[in-house]
Amino acid sequence: MSKLLLKVQNLHASVEDKVIIKGLDLQINEGEVHVIMGPNGAGKSTLANIIMGHPNYKVTEGSIYFEGEDITEARTDERAKKGLFLSFQAPEEISGITMENFMRSSRAVLSGEEVKAYAFHKELMLIMDELQMDRNYAVRHVNAGFSGGEKKKSEILQMLVLNPKLAILDETDSGLDVDAVKTVSSGINQFKNSRNAILIITHNTKILDKLHADFVHVLMDGKIVKTGGTALIDQIYETGFASMESISGK
Amino acid sequence: MEKRKTFVKDVDRTLYDMKDTGADSYRVSKGLTKDIVAEISAMKDEPSWMLELRLDSLKTYHSLSMPEWGPSLHELDMDNLITYVRPNTSLKENWDEVPGDIKSTFERLGIPQAEREALAGVGAQYDSEVVYHHIKEEMIRQGVVYTDMEAAVKEYEPMIREYFMKLLPAKTHKFLALHGAVWSGGSFVYVPQGVDVKIPLQSYFRFNAPGAGQFEHTLIIVDKGAKLHFIEGCSAPKYNTVNLHAGAVELYVREGASLRYSTIENWSKNMMNLNSKMALVEKNANMEWVSGTFGSHITMLYPASVLNGEGAKTEFTGVSFAAEGQNLDTGTKVVHAAPHTSSIINSRSISKGGGVAVYRSAVSVLPQAHHVKSAVSCESLMLDSVSRSDTLPVMDIRNDEVDIGHEAKIGRISEEAIFYLMTRGLDEIEAKAMIVRGFVEPITKELPLEYAVEMNNLISMELEGSIG
Ligand SMILES: Nc1ncnc2c1ncn2[C@@H]1O[C@H](COP(=O)(O)OP(=O)(O)O)[C@@H](O)[C@H]1O
Ligand SMILES: [Mg+2]
Repeated sequence: MSKLLLKVQNLHASVEDKVIIKGLDLQINEGEVHVIMGPNGAGKSTLANIIMGHPNYKVTEGSIYFEGEDITEARTDERAKKGLFLSFQAPEEISGITMENFMRSSRAVLSGEEVKAYAFHKELMLIMDELQMDRNYAVRHVNAGFSGGEKKKSEILQMLVLNPKLAILDETDSGLDVDAVKTVSSGINQFKNSRNAILIITHNTKILDKLHADFVHVLMDGKIVKTGGTALIDQIYETGFASMESISGK
Repeated sequence: MEKRKTFVKDVDRTLYDMKDTGADSYRVSKGLTKDIVAEISAMKDEPSWMLELRLDSLKTYHSLSMPEWGPSLHELDMDNLITYVRPNTSLKENWDEVPGDIKSTFERLGIPQAEREALAGVGAQYDSEVVYHHIKEEMIRQGVVYTDMEAAVKEYEPMIREYFMKLLPAKTHKFLALHGAVWSGGSFVYVPQGVDVKIPLQSYFRFNAPGAGQFEHTLIIVDKGAKLHFIEGCSAPKYNTVNLHAGAVELYVREGASLRYSTIENWSKNMMNLNSKMALVEKNANMEWVSGTFGSHITMLYPASVLNGEGAKTEFTGVSFAAEGQNLDTGTKVVHAAPHTSSIINSRSISKGGGVAVYRSAVSVLPQAHHVKSAVSCESLMLDSVSRSDTLPVMDIRNDEVDIGHEAKIGRISEEAIFYLMTRGLDEIEAKAMIVRGFVEPITKELPLEYAVEMNNLISMELEGSIG
């Protein structure tokens, strides 16, 4: 049996007294690809943020475990050090620090080891080439002035450089043109192995072209209302999310 | 460890807080009287005109009132300040001759290394007097003069007499008047016509006596077409008595010359830093100020450029970081007194833990100054909700043919940006440090490497004291 990475158990969470997550369960094992779909405002990004420990969201009930350890109260940087990663729906811009220095610093704190500048540079250039990113982006400031699509590529670049155990990709495909979706998708495919896992939040199945999804979840109104295989995606496309609600309406 | 090198450099605070136990050879009594001023002058064996300048300044000092704007200076008790401290050594040219305790202070400040690393000359001020002074031989051959101010008053008397406190006369404000009366130490630099001093000249000075004020005077003349980069650095150990610094810097940048004057100040957190700096910039000359203000309890510092000749240019780049208990009132002043002059002002101020960072700029364009260009950009970053930042830009434009741009931003550090960095493994302080360093990067990238590193170290040091 493959190892359990993430376990979200009866999660309830709110922001500014607004209840957003209302009893959510989710389990992700090593080697798996999970997809979460759901209407706008369902709480998908909120879930991703809570898994990463965003300070604005309060967990009012339930727990989050990573590799068997309760991380519900853990600091965000501690979660990152355990191997969690989030590709943001709307990545931040940080001016004054280059992408390369940023990722090298990040690699160093995550690994707790010295990162040799030249070796890192060579590795970074190779990954950027694979993502068809202009090498000049390494000396640009973190996401500063990047287009929406470039920011998403920058997130995937970071995922490949930092090599987490569980990568959560929040609408990484939206805002990407057809070619970019292809390169990002093959980047994700390259990342994927039997020791890690991916949670993909998406509205679009193109990103799954090269990737086999093991589980598809439908998240509505703060809960996972249905879980299935890829066939569920076709069903969503045919009948929309509304039909799911009636299934869950108990 | 590499990770510390890349963004949170390990800082040994003791480096900045150490103090020597050496005995001072001479110290004037605590109050400020005509007799004391005369005594200072006599000790220095000064020409009579300098004694007169001191006594006139003293009169002006008594006639002027305290500044009516800016931070409150009520903690200052002038009657209890020892205004003049003379270290237990006379001027040395050779490092080996400098006494051990003084030498160890400098060695811990990295001065000899800095010199080895191609800094052209070192004028390090220890308390009120320069004790170590050295200038590379080829520069002497080129006619470059770099000496302490006391020596300059004698050796270059006509030049000093012509320029000393002419840009910054005693009547300018009370603390300049005080400076005129009791000034001691500082540097004199003369760069002859056409000489390009390729490596920066550096002075590094610090206080070392409780209750002692420091009133060093720096006078630099960069003659026609010549070039110089002068670096002034200050770092003082901590004391409980309020310390006063009222230095003066007068810079003459002649036709076609260029001067860059860089300062990183890290006074101890009880210092009252009331410093005055002004440059007179002639035709087609270029004056650049780089200014980092980290230490002190209170700072009032507004380096000024008077663009006196057609085509003169000035650029001011400043960073200030006010933490708990600090009120840093900084900025710059530019007077466009000739046509086709231009100025660029770029400042970043940071406040945290209840610190106050106020930025003031005053740009004035005189009626005769047509085709003036000026671009002002000042940004403030508050690291929490108890700190304060203000920007107070003033423009006085008396000519219509001008091109003036102004941009001011005040903001709080973004929680989302901190979260983003933390998802990449940085802890909260590392994340804040990265954001703050990024915020001041437009400025640090202008600095010579070792100073950029020092500025980043100071930022990390300020942040490391700030959990929560
Ligand atoms: N920081 C916040 N403050 C207030 N409301 C929030 C916040 N974050 C999310 N919400 C609300 O929570 C709901 C879920 O948002 P989100 O998780 O972003 O949805 P999506 O499924 O589209 O990613 C929305 O109604 C949104 O407005
Ligand atoms: Mg979302």
